[in-house]
Amino acid sequence: MTTALETTPKAKERLVPGTPLLEVRDLHVEFKTRDGIAKAVNGVNYSVAAGETLAVLGESGSGKSVTAQTIMGILDMPPGRVTAGEILYRGQDMLKMSGEERRKIRGRKIAMIFQDALSSLNPVLSVGYQLGEMFRVHEGASKKEAKAKAIELMDRVRIPAAAQRVGDYPHQFSGGMRQRIMIAMALALQPDLIIADEPTTALDVTVQAQVMDLLAELQAEYHMGLILITHDLGVVADVADKIAVMYAGRIVETAPVHDLYASPAHPYTKGLLRSIPRLDQKGEELYAIKGLPPNLYKVPAGCAFNPRCDVATDLCRTEIPALHQVTDRDGAELAGRKSACHLWKETLHG
Amino acid sequence: MGHYVLRRLLQMIPVFFGATFLIFLMVYTLPGDPIAALFGEKAADPAQVASLRHKYYLDQPLWKQYLHYMNNVFHLDFGTSFTGRSVSSIMADAFPVTIRLALVAFFFEIFVGLPLGLISGLKRGSIADTAVLLITLIVISIPVFVLGYIAQTIFATNLGWVTPTVQDSTDITQLILPGAVLASLSLAFVARLTRTSIGENLRADYMRTAVAKGLPRTTIISRHLLRNSLIPVVTFLGTDLGALMGGAIVTEGIFNIAGVGNILYKAIRTKEGPTVVGIVTVLVIVYLVASLVVDLLYAVLDPRIRYA
Repeated sequence: MTTALETTPKAKERLVPGTPLLEVRDLHVEFKTRDGIAKAVNGVNYSVAAGETLAVLGESGSGKSVTAQTIMGILDMPPGRVTAGEILYRGQDMLKMSGEERRKIRGRKIAMIFQDALSSLNPVLSVGYQLGEMFRVHEGASKKEAKAKAIELMDRVRIPAAAQRVGDYPHQFSGGMRQRIMIAMALALQPDLIIADEPTTALDVTVQAQVMDLLAELQAEYHMGLILITHDLGVVADVADKIAVMYAGRIVETAPVHDLYASPAHPYTKGLLRSIPRLDQKGEELYAIKGLPPNLYKVPAGCAFNPRCDVATDLCRTEIPALHQVTDRDGAELAGRKSACHLWKETLHG
Repeated sequence: MGHYVLRRLLQMIPVFFGATFLIFLMVYTLPGDPIAALFGEKAADPAQVASLRHKYYLDQPLWKQYLHYMNNVFHLDFGTSFTGRSVSSIMADAFPVTIRLALVAFFFEIFVGLPLGLISGLKRGSIADTAVLLITLIVISIPVFVLGYIAQTIFATNLGWVTPTVQDSTDITQLILPGAVLASLSLAFVARLTRTSIGENLRADYMRTAVAKGLPRTTIISRHLLRNSLIPVVTFLGTDLGALMGGAIVTEGIFNIAGVGNILYKAIRTKEGPTVVGIVTVLVIVYLVASLVVDLLYAVLDPRIRYA
């Protein structure tokens, strides 16, 4: 059966080889509130290529979602404000585009999947309408065509009896099915890039795996870039190519996924990995990073992680560490590995 | 949906009988004797009194009177007023007047109240928003009899744009001023309710999704925002239409309109039991139908209720 999505991959070849699909450069975002200025994102850099999966990992308030919303152009402004940086989509800075230009990229070129599908879907419109809307608005499809395409999409994300359920409303679906609908909506126009903001957090563990597998499968099939935002280390291990760990609005470590799990080069990453419950640890107390995530109105001087770090030195308390290129014991650069820790050598090799 | 309608219809039956019986009870236990009042200062002939009592069923126990009355109501006979005029003909005169006035007022609520709330809700914190909040606050704070007389003085006496009282209620232009006065309070509520509802829904997750889908702003507002925001407003408007149909004692009094409110007020003052009970019985039905329509409308607008 041919579906709307099974057409030949679009002209993704247009992309100059080596140019990432999306590149975030030195992005700074702050929120002006009654309590002061919250510095949510403080110089984030990352990039995604077609077919690549970048996992952005961090606690609540680490700036991972704010970065994603800024890319998407759905950040509430005010109170939010981009104070510096660039977001390059195929080499063009989206922050300099007009509202109408950005709107045409949203949904069509860059799509987003949200955490809570129940509240993220419109409760009073049928899922068929909400899916079909993509084709009607962006491609000028007729009502009938839009409905047919909505059914194809629902089939594609394996919703049983799609043709019968196309007129149903979000609340009539289970959590997993609703998230499939969100995925279908994001996939509708075969975007180049999908940003999934905690796509499985609201789901049961068994359903989480199904939804994650579906997302990974579709991503590979359509050769899309994927930014997967999560706080769950378990989710990213299987699907991500590389990981960016965020803390207090900065990237503290980036690495190919397996390297990061095998040998973290930042004390924060190390702490996160230690705090994953493991079956062979039965009966032992679970490790937790001491202290609380930083107050964004008053980020600690120096390395933002220093008050919670076991190995912090005076240098850590005064100087913000640069994102160092990580090398092996012999001084050879490790591809794609960077750490924003003054003591990365000790952390990695010590 | 069919089950829902049926259940709602069945619920109306006990409400109808309960409400009408209470009214019946209250009107007939009021102190004073309507038959004696008919004779005024003249001495009543006991035989004549007895025959009148019998004629109006007043010599029967209350529950029998009620059953007799209800039986007549189901044959569309609302009885005869103590002045000898049939209650049906009194109502046939009063209701069209009130319905016209109510529709004028309803028009104001929808076409002035809603847009004000919409502008106010979409542009929170703007000058327009502040103005709407201030004006509606003033309208809500001023009692309608004050507002009515002020409007009458300004527009009829000083400016001379309209006649101070309604001469002919079939002339809609004469109903504009009383209609606006009657609508004022609900209009302010509609504006504020719309504003709040829009404000809440603007922050909803599904609105963020709509933006992320790359929909144009007009589509987002008309399709996603309004559809959700108007649910409570429509509910309010429906209930309010029921209330407007019940007549407006104060507004009808100020502008001398011979509507239901005015007739009812006079009937209560002269202890015209049959007229009071007749009108109130019809009003109970109007309210019941209005709330049924609101509930059904609610189910049409919100699928979560339809399939509950």
